[in-house]
Amino acid sequence: MDRNTKYHALKVDTEKCFGCTHCMKSCPTEAIRIVDGIAVIDAGRCVDCGNCLRACPVDAIYVVHDGLSQIESYKYRVVLFPSVFIGQFAEVYSEGQIYEALLKLGFTHIFEVEQPVEWLMESIKESRDEVTDGPLISSFCPAIVRLIQCKYPSLVNNISHRKAPHDLAAHFAIQQLKAQGASETEIGIFYITPCSAKMAAVKQPVAEKKSIVTGIINMKDLYNRIMKLIPKHEHIDTTEFRKYLSKEGILWCLPRGETSWYRKKTMAIDGIHNVVKFLERLENNDVPQFDFLELKSCNQGCAGGILLTGNRFLTVERLQKRAARYPRANQITTAEWNKEDVKEKLISEKIEPRPVFVLDENRVRALDKIQKMNKILCQLPGIDCGGCGAPNCHALAEDIILGKARMSSCVFLQKKYVKEQKIKPEKAYQNLEKIWGEKRFDADCNKKGGRNEGF
Amino acid sequence: MALELAFKISGGDFSNAGKASSRIKKVLKQLNIDAKSIKKIVVAIYEAEVNVAAHAWKGEVKATVGEENILVVVSDCGPGIENISLAMKPGFSTASKEVREMGFGAGMGLSNIKKNTDELNIESRKGEGTTLTFRCYY
Repeated sequence: MDRNTKYHALKVDTEKCFGCTHCMKSCPTEAIRIVDGIAVIDAGRCVDCGNCLRACPVDAIYVVHDGLSQIESYKYRVVLFPSVFIGQFAEVYSEGQIYEALLKLGFTHIFEVEQPVEWLMESIKESRDEVTDGPLISSFCPAIVRLIQCKYPSLVNNISHRKAPHDLAAHFAIQQLKAQGASETEIGIFYITPCSAKMAAVKQPVAEKKSIVTGIINMKDLYNRIMKLIPKHEHIDTTEFRKYLSKEGILWCLPRGETSWYRKKTMAIDGIHNVVKFLERLENNDVPQFDFLELKSCNQGCAGGILLTGNRFLTVERLQKRAARYPRANQITTAEWNKEDVKEKLISEKIEPRPVFVLDENRVRALDKIQKMNKILCQLPGIDCGGCGAPNCHALAEDIILGKARMSSCVFLQKKYVKEQKIKPEKAYQNLEKIWGEKRFDADCNKKGGRNEGF
Repeated sequence: MALELAFKISGGDFSNAGKASSRIKKVLKQLNIDAKSIKKIVVAIYEAEVNVAAHAWKGEVKATVGEENILVVVSDCGPGIENISLAMKPGFSTASKEVREMGFGAGMGLSNIKKNTDELNIESRKGEGTTLTFRCYY
């Protein structure tokens, strides 16, 4: 993958999308515009948080994944998944039954990613000393890492240079399988992702050349398959696969999962819009001193991941109950394995800032553009209706100076221009069709989205 | 050619102190100013905003965003600063108990502004107000 073009897991199904603006309004980086009646995602600005997918009333936004067929090419077929996967299933299914269904599906080894989480904890604590000014920011959530890269470039140096739990589990799995005599080419590592951000992070890692993961599988897709295969009773003992799983590991991807063990001054924030508000203040030095910040894009952490099935609060509750049955991380013995080898592989490369809100590389021209933008804003009504195909008047003003839209894109200004006889009604109508699609305004009971009942 | 931005601040309104620095920060990011410089400028303006909210009755922030530097004038109607050199000392504070309880008034305001700016001038008249003028080069 070319490092200059940003990979995104989120795609728009142009057959289903009818430009209802829900996604456009929910995007934290204002990356979406409506063009010709369809949502278009700006690749530079998108951080793969998945808010658009969540907001879409007709499932027009989807994520691409590798599918299960390629697992056949490997002798050792390892499935990695975060603990929230188990949390989706109702209490009537034991974890043993779920593990058994995964084996039935063709996997040979099963690893929940948060093990042995103690190694990652140690490594994250060590990375604290690499940050000279301000708090250490967790690199756990890839949507947050990308958000900081593009919107808060002054904070990139605060992001921990450590990889994610799935990297931990992948390297640990490889070490174990090699000990059993497997060669690396025989091992396929398949990661079940809870969200689009983790998918993008595997397909195009921010701070490493290539991910250790062989393929990614959509959690929603896998959930449906498992429900079909799940046995009524447990037949085999799968506890061996959970030997290194701990209380902290199970709770890792939930809010406070990363901060609860840190024991210094920490803060955990979930929900990308909450994170944005906090980072704004952090940049102003308008927050107390923190040692460690855990920032997660989804509400309720990964339990709110866009590829999960079911209710996030139920998932959290189930995981908390499950965690209560497991030992603490420091009670788990891993002495037989080479910790240092895995820890070394968890260190990631430098994270570069990727500012995307720059109006012009040339400062004089950029200043000129801001001044023009301010003048345009005086003309716009400030209603933020989205009728122009941009999320708000400010975004439209920006689009206008960047040459992506015109003053007459504003539906209200257009009315005014018609009244003042500056443009012909015919032309004004055509302008609207350009944004919202041809025949969009014709009466048609069967048109795309015609039955959309909103939220 | 420079861009002029102006903001009003009311004394005691801590919840809105930070509006000017946030808005100016957005503009500086659009101008592709280096992240380190932005941080220094934003911290200086924010501290000045909090000073007005903590001590004065009302005030305003005027920023002139130029090609090479930003000039910020923060003027207020307030009690004025009795001893400027003392006020510049880190940790020296005249903030009221209420202000301190809100988490402000640690006495780092002016020294932080000094630390983060390239030029700083303070004019103050007792019982009338204070005008802070500072400049930062990108």
